Amino acid sequence: MTIASAATSTRLAEIAGPANVISDPVQLAACAIGAQIPAAAVRPGSSDEVAEIVRFAAAEKLAVVPLGAKTKLSMGLPPARFDLALDMTRLDRMSAYDPGDLTLSVEPGIPLARLAGILAGHRQFVPLAVPFASRATAGGTIAAGIDSPLRQYYGTARDFVLGMEFVTGDGVAAKSGGRVVKNVSGYDLHKLMIGALGTLGVITRINFRTFPLPAAMLAFTAAFPSAAQAIDLRHRVAQSPLRPLTVEILAPGAVEMLSSDIAARIQARPAPADSFPKGQWIFTASFAGNEKVLDRYKRDLTQMAEQSTGNGAANCAIYGDVKIPDAFPRQREFAAIALESSPAATILKLSVLPTRMENLLAAVAAAAQAAELRWAAMARGLGIVYAALLPETRDEAARRAVAEAVSKIVAACATMDANASVPWCPVEWKSTLPVWGLERGDFEQMRKLKKMFDPAGTLSPGRFAGGI
Amino acid sequence: MDRRLLQDLEKLLGPRGVLHKSEDLLLYEYDGSVETARPDCVVFPRSMADVVGIVRLANSHQTPIVGRGAGTGLSGGAIARHGGIIVSFSRMNRVLEIDAENQRARVQPGVVNADLSLAVAHTGLHFAPDPSSQKACTIGGNVSENSGGPHTLAYGVTTNHVVALDVVLPTGELLHLGSSALDPVGYDLPGVFVGSEGTFGLVTEITVKLTRLPEAVKTLLGIFNSIDDATESVAEITARGITPAACEMMDGWTIRAVEDYIHAGFPLDCAAILLIDVDGLREVVDAEAEEVADVCRVHRARDVRVARDAHERDLLWKGRKNAFGAAGRLASSYYTQDGVIPRTKLPATLRRIGEISRKYNLQIGNVFHAGDGNLHPIILFDERNQQQFRDTVRAADEIIEFCIQSGGSITGEHGVGMEKDRLMPLLFSEDDLALMQRVRSAFNPAGLLNPGKIFPNSKGCGEIYVRPQSSAGAVPA
Ligand SMILES: Cc1cc2nc3c(=O)[nH]c(=O)nc-3n(C[C@H](O)[C@H](O)[C@H](O)COP(=O)(O)OP(=O)(O)OC[C@H]3O[C@@H](n4cnc5c(N)ncnc54)[C@H](O)[C@@H]3O)c2cc1C
Repeated sequence: MTIASAATSTRLAEIAGPANVISDPVQLAACAIGAQIPAAAVRPGSSDEVAEIVRFAAAEKLAVVPLGAKTKLSMGLPPARFDLALDMTRLDRMSAYDPGDLTLSVEPGIPLARLAGILAGHRQFVPLAVPFASRATAGGTIAAGIDSPLRQYYGTARDFVLGMEFVTGDGVAAKSGGRVVKNVSGYDLHKLMIGALGTLGVITRINFRTFPLPAAMLAFTAAFPSAAQAIDLRHRVAQSPLRPLTVEILAPGAVEMLSSDIAARIQARPAPADSFPKGQWIFTASFAGNEKVLDRYKRDLTQMAEQSTGNGAANCAIYGDVKIPDAFPRQREFAAIALESSPAATILKLSVLPTRMENLLAAVAAAAQAAELRWAAMARGLGIVYAALLPETRDEAARRAVAEAVSKIVAACATMDANASVPWCPVEWKSTLPVWGLERGDFEQMRKLKKMFDPAGTLSPGRFAGGI
Repeated sequence: MDRRLLQDLEKLLGPRGVLHKSEDLLLYEYDGSVETARPDCVVFPRSMADVVGIVRLANSHQTPIVGRGAGTGLSGGAIARHGGIIVSFSRMNRVLEIDAENQRARVQPGVVNADLSLAVAHTGLHFAPDPSSQKACTIGGNVSENSGGPHTLAYGVTTNHVVALDVVLPTGELLHLGSSALDPVGYDLPGVFVGSEGTFGLVTEITVKLTRLPEAVKTLLGIFNSIDDATESVAEITARGITPAACEMMDGWTIRAVEDYIHAGFPLDCAAILLIDVDGLREVVDAEAEEVADVCRVHRARDVRVARDAHERDLLWKGRKNAFGAAGRLASSYYTQDGVIPRTKLPATLRRIGEISRKYNLQIGNVFHAGDGNLHPIILFDERNQQQFRDTVRAADEIIEFCIQSGGSITGEHGVGMEKDRLMPLLFSEDDLALMQRVRSAFNPAGLLNPGKIFPNSKGCGEIYVRPQSSAGAVPA
């Protein structure tokens, strides 16, 4: 870590006010990404201040990393350079909310929990049931592109973010989209910001579509001895007229991980996962509607589960005490719990067409077993698989075992047109693991885009795919 | 046009793959908008390799290229504003793969929207975006315009249903963007490409999501004696958190125009109707239909009818989907505006459109995607009457200004093209537009592809040249 020059501190203080420039080493250490500790941190209070800071940083060739509640700084690669942390938590206002239109506009630093509270007052919500939900900000969640079990029904941010304002790497405030539910004026630049980890722009405003809170909700689980049966139920549901809010499948290791004491510490609310039978594959779904609709789901899901077991009797359960977005809070916190469940948890995010889910899960199991690693996997119904490798130690032997398993899984993905990345692993292993998967043909196009948004490489340099 | 370029194109595509005689080009001077311009030639590739060949030739001659689907676009997107080569995708119209289990289809860009849904109907799936022009428009065009339709209220617009694209950049480079599995690694390139109005690259293959057809559908017809009552019903349906599959409004004038043409069974003496689909599980449909009907009645609907069967439902929807055609029979020309407003502003906006209609003494019909707040006022005019044409443009602009003041947008689904480029500064700052142009240049660096679109001309960077415009609606020279 270097100390910010007096000139830098003075200039930042001029822009954001002295109280909002942080040079206390302890506070700066909290902004660290791996071994990279910024020389200064600043808390801008407006989009104009963000633009001015970024312009200053670009001119001084300082590398800037925007951050919110700091829950996901360990995702992606550590920045190649990190001079200035741009703490966005003062930009935490809700700028507009039109409940009658089901649209709203927020600054990025607003905590998701506070946002949810405001919307609940109007019986609405934004379908982001994401990990670290109790602390995460809206901006960090969108910039990390983290998905939510509710995507089964509501889609992802790309489907319900209507527009954004942001500051590009040359310190220019720009925007795209709008605050209406249908809009094709100009290019959808905000789609690029989702999941870009702050490499294209600093998000300063997000316009969301909101959704009515469902009146009543139920959760359903079915336990199976094999992955094939749980996946068979997934296929049956997909081919039925049912439209559940969430569909997830837990491998036995995930059931165990989510019912551990560690999981209880992170997510106290007892989850159905607590009572899941050990050693089984668990299919979980949640659904909403009026009483007749709920009855229909219960009946149809139970019947389909029986067909999936092949011999009639299915081990199903219904849970009534659930509310959006928390049907299975521990599943929502899968990543957060996995990270605490091993000193060197390494989590892969994989995606595959649903018919290949079984092969993919088998490849994960085989790779983990060959490397003698504890593992946990959770698959969403739409083909997203989170696979956690959970070594007992964080040493070279563990690294080698994990690297071997990861490379097998990534290679298997390549044969099934699946996507793979490693969003989380010990920071010192990042350079030896395919954090962003294999080089894709379109990475070059991404690098071209990066140059258009951030010609001098000021924003989060080196954190993203393709060396961006 | 350069003889050598023409010969090279004919060598590449065969004589039947190139049109260049002026009588053959006439059709390609138009799309569904009021704009016109003459291309130098039209070419008909059959494969991605053909497209690459065309682009390379165009490059070596520094000739503009414009992609074209069915030419139903309403903002001049497919018009060769600065001449050059129109690349028609009408011969690349095959459905390449249907993967029903994974709910995906891979298609060539020239596949007609409705044909894809027909091709997959036996699997219980469909392609959800359903522009009213779906029997003619192509999926390549839908991708370029990010088209919507009545049922995108519940199902989303084109961008929500596209997962991967094969594109040929105007540099001749081939790119595969996105992936058939969800969440490809890296930036959301299909996300920024969809809706780029043919200015980023030529699309040669598209992988889309297929959506399961609902188990049950009910179509309701709410009949109102005042436009206010109808718009207030829509605002309340939205505010109550009911999301019908579609929620369309037609005013009395449009209804009468449609009835005269389609005989869909709309009452002739009402001020407005709402055409509302609710779909999903049988249990959902019954409850939602009841709730929707209730809202309409609270807002003084004269009658709420439920279509008895598929035949009646199809007829009502046929009436809706042919509304523009019906309007076209009543005046020599019409201009369709495409503004968007927050749904809470619907009643005020319709009142404002009424005032504008009276102010200019112009007939304005209203038929639109009410549930999305996406207006389509149709302004009738006689193109030979210069004053009326000018008034039409003014009225259209005033409607759009009101949309912007209300926090809305200048286009909900028809695109900016060459029709609204001059309005872009009302929504976007110079910095916004400059960044968008920089992003375009990451795909289309020399501006060779579809020049003169989206951005106000004076600010154009990388534009080739500006040919003086013929006035809209005039007979082409
Ligand atoms: C009666 C009527 C009703 C309509 N209703 C609706 C509606 O409900 N909703 C709606 O959204 N729109 C509607 N439209 C507008 C229009 O149908 C849509 O914009 C449609 O998607 C255009 O498709 P197309 O094949 O006709 O494209 P074209 O008009 O040929 O082209 C549109 C744009 O796409 C580009 N393009 C086409 N193919 C390619 C390709 N392969 N690669 C790159 N660029 C390409 C063109 O360059 C152009 O910029 C309507 C139009 C009419 C005439």
